[in-house]
Amino acid sequence: MAGQPLIFARGLVKRFGEFTAVDGIDLEVAPGEAFGFLGPNGAGKSSTMRMIGCVSTPTAGELRILGMDAVRDGPKIRARLGVCPQLDNLDPDLTVRENLVTYARYFGLSRAESRRRADELLEFVQLGDRANGKVEPLSGGMKRRLTIARAMVNDPDLVLLDEPTTGLDPQARHLLWERLFRLKQRGTTLVLTTHYMDEAEQLCDRLVVMDGGRIVAEGSPRSLIETYSTAEVVELRFPGMPDAGAQHAAALEGVGKRVDPLPDRVLVYVDDGDAALAEIHRRGLVPSSVLVRRSTLEDVFLHLTGRTLVD
Amino acid sequence: MALRTDTAPARPVHPTIAVLERHLTLYRRLWQASVFSSFVLPVLFLLSIGIGVGGYVGRVQGVDYLSWIVPGVLASTAFQISVGESTYAILGDFKWVRAYHAMRATPVGPADMVRGHLLYLMFRVTVAVVAFLVVVVFFGGLHSPWALVTPLVCGLLTVSVAAPVTAFAATIDHDSYFSLLFRFVVIPSTLFAGVFFPVEQLTAVLRPLAYASPLWHAVELCRAATLGRVPSWPVPVHIGYLLAWAVAGLFLAVRAFRRRLED
Repeated sequence: MAGQPLIFARGLVKRFGEFTAVDGIDLEVAPGEAFGFLGPNGAGKSSTMRMIGCVSTPTAGELRILGMDAVRDGPKIRARLGVCPQLDNLDPDLTVRENLVTYARYFGLSRAESRRRADELLEFVQLGDRANGKVEPLSGGMKRRLTIARAMVNDPDLVLLDEPTTGLDPQARHLLWERLFRLKQRGTTLVLTTHYMDEAEQLCDRLVVMDGGRIVAEGSPRSLIETYSTAEVVELRFPGMPDAGAQHAAALEGVGKRVDPLPDRVLVYVDDGDAALAEIHRRGLVPSSVLVRRSTLEDVFLHLTGRTLVD
Repeated sequence: MALRTDTAPARPVHPTIAVLERHLTLYRRLWQASVFSSFVLPVLFLLSIGIGVGGYVGRVQGVDYLSWIVPGVLASTAFQISVGESTYAILGDFKWVRAYHAMRATPVGPADMVRGHLLYLMFRVTVAVVAFLVVVVFFGGLHSPWALVTPLVCGLLTVSVAAPVTAFAATIDHDSYFSLLFRFVVIPSTLFAGVFFPVEQLTAVLRPLAYASPLWHAVELCRAATLGRVPSWPVPVHIGYLLAWAVAGLFLAVRAFRRRLED
């Protein structure tokens, strides 16, 4: 079955009454890939994930998961998915281990197999010493790890992670990334949504940027940066900002490919930072601070989805 | 990674049973809390009302008052457990714990969730009812071997009551609705369904309320069984009425679960 996409969507639409959450997207995710949905709040990422997880029926379009029809074969597909939802839904009155065993039974695993998987996965997410403890006192990061372990309990072909590290502290995020990276190395197909650019760069082989229910860009993190941004970004601060911002931005016109005036600084997108700095000095501009950095996905993201706050 | 090619193993556990297991695992941790309401309280009722009030009342419909209210307290215990465990527990598993959302991501379907819950309640009710019957034997409260069928009647009553209440709990979004349910449905049902006095005592205006309550039908069947008598209406009518509530309740509950978990 090699070569057949695990997820195949054509013209996928999800409407809630008048509101269109997902507005006709096409997708293909190959086995073994780590695929990411990037986008601001309300872009349609979670709605898409819920359709892929076969818990939400598409309003229109074709959606095939693991070669099966997402609407008709829901239970059969769900039997082979692992889902880590945005909101934790662990059983707080059960122990850590009971949470996994109970969940394994939902997939029809035998009692012995459920226990074996639970212990193995608790080691994998480094919660072995908490096995008989309650869920409630666990930290946010531990709960997430437990939720990810739970998502692995049926040895899924495809793991869906909806904002896996939202709300976690940096240590917890890095540990989680490391565990997810191990899954990826084992060949598990991962599909995740995030609005953390560093997360997308760390984990995803390929990603799509969604905005307003549509896919606005697709590619590897590297290729997206190459396509939608420049190699480097020069960040300049000038005395008298924000009032003088527009005037400075005008003076910087032509230094790079694009100038982005922000209230506190001006961003200049350039291929060569040092050459751009020389040009800036040649023009007699005297910034109060200068930072030359590489372009990141965040630059791509803000370029594609705008800087307006979405709530 | 290639897709798994090995055939799936024979399913050792049905999803409905897996849901039942979750409830039993939870109950193993929390059962102490239910001992008072499920076992102690019914016996206290029996002692205080059956013996205390019974001393003044004397005989009712040809038997001592204690024997007369045994089947009433029995069925109303089943009724209380069924309603009580289908309110906050259901809403909470949707709203706070989100356990049903967790199940939804697996092969477990809405019908499995409802059936698993009801099987669990039938287990709870059966344990409580049997324990009560054992106590009652020592008070000489059972007069016929037909008393052995009362757990079955209580099991049917459980579905007749718990299924529609489950549907209700799965539909609402706020727990304040439960106080309406308790005030206007549960308490009047318990008071006027022939548990403590014959419904013939009620005025003709109120009597249809008793007939409408599934509890009255279960009380009638249990009373006929423990006293070895013929119930006031034909047995198939009582059972049919309870079945009608059970079937309608199941349908509504599964529909409510499906709607709540969709989107």
